[in-house]
Formats: sequence, C-alpha cells, structure tokens
Amino acid sequence: MAMEAAEIKRLIQEALPDAEIAIEDLRGDGDHYAAYVASGAFEGKSRVQQHQIVYQALQGRMGGELHALALQTGLPGTLPTGNEE
Amino acid sequence: MVDSAVSQRIQQDIGDNDVVLFMKGSPVFPQCGFSATVVQILTHMGVKFKGIDVLTDPSLRQGVKDFSNWPTIPQLYVKGEFLGGCDIVREMFETGELQTEMESRGVTAEA
Repeated sequence: MAMEAAEIKRLIQEALPDAEIAIEDLRGDGDHYAAYVASGAFEGKSRVQQHQIVYQALQGRMGGELHALALQTGLPGTLPTGNEE
Repeated sequence: MVDSAVSQRIQQDIGDNDVVLFMKGSPVFPQCGFSATVVQILTHMGVKFKGIDVLTDPSLRQGVKDFSNWPTIPQLYVKGEFLGGCDIVREMFETGELQTEMESRGVTAEA
C-alpha cells in the first residue's frame, strides 16, 4: 500500500512542471506524507481548487494507496522553505 | 457517476444544515484522526454542526467524494458550500480565516 515520496513528487511535477515541491515522510512508514506544493498554476484559484489540482495529478491514488497526504499549496515563493526531503 | 439518491441526500443535508461535517465516526467518537481534528476545531469555536458518519453507509462514503470531487474524508460544508478537508480547515483556523468565513456567511458561534 505504501508509496515512495519520489513517486509522489514525480506525478505532481509531471502535471505541474513549474512546481516547487517538498515532501516529508511524517512517520517514516511510506504511508503518511506532508507535501508542500507551490506553482504558478494556482494563481487565482481557491484553496479547494489548488488541492484538487494536486489530487488530480496523483491520478486517484489519494485516498487509495496513498492514505495520508497533508497538503499545503501556494504560489511560488510563498511556502515555508528548508523542509527535509 | 454519483448515485442520484445519494447525491440528493447530500444536497438535502447540506441545504438543511448550516454546517455539516462528513466524517468517519461520530462527533463524540471520531474514528479517524483527521475527522477528530476538524471536530475539535469546530467545538473549540463553539460552532454547531451536524456530523454525518460515512462509515455507516458505503454508498455515502464514496458518494460524498464524487459529489465534492474530493478524495478524502472529512469534508466540511458551510451554508451548502464545500469549504475543505482537514488540511484546509486547519490552515484556515490557524490564520483566523475560518472564523471570518463563518461570520460572513452568517454562522454564529456560541460562546
């Protein structure tokens, strides 16, 4: 059931080529992640719409093989930096 | 495709109640940490809400995801509009937006 952080990043990057992405494996179990995604594609979109774009990039894995992904989205340059990979 | 009976039921629930939380478990006994977090926030704010346990009904559990185009539970509706899941609700609560949003939609908190 677990999913690699690199795979999550790849899927998001594919859908949002300009995105700055940081992924944290919260428990080290490959099942509970936090992701920070910043992209110009989020301009003018509500939070719900921004998250929907990311969920769409994950092609149905969210809520399935990917159990928990705490998501924070924003425009480029607005996200916290220095997160561990 | 959303089952139309389920979709109608959701429409009615979010139309009849100002604040509706689709969750796993009940407000008193949440069955999932994310649902529990949103319950805590709403309780802390003193906002009255209707909790709907999706675990009691598989068609609702899938139906509400299709209805909102949102892959996870919990889901918070205010005045018939989808506000977000756990992450968004928590982020909005921390920045104070949630309180503003509720007030602007005429949902009052009881102290």
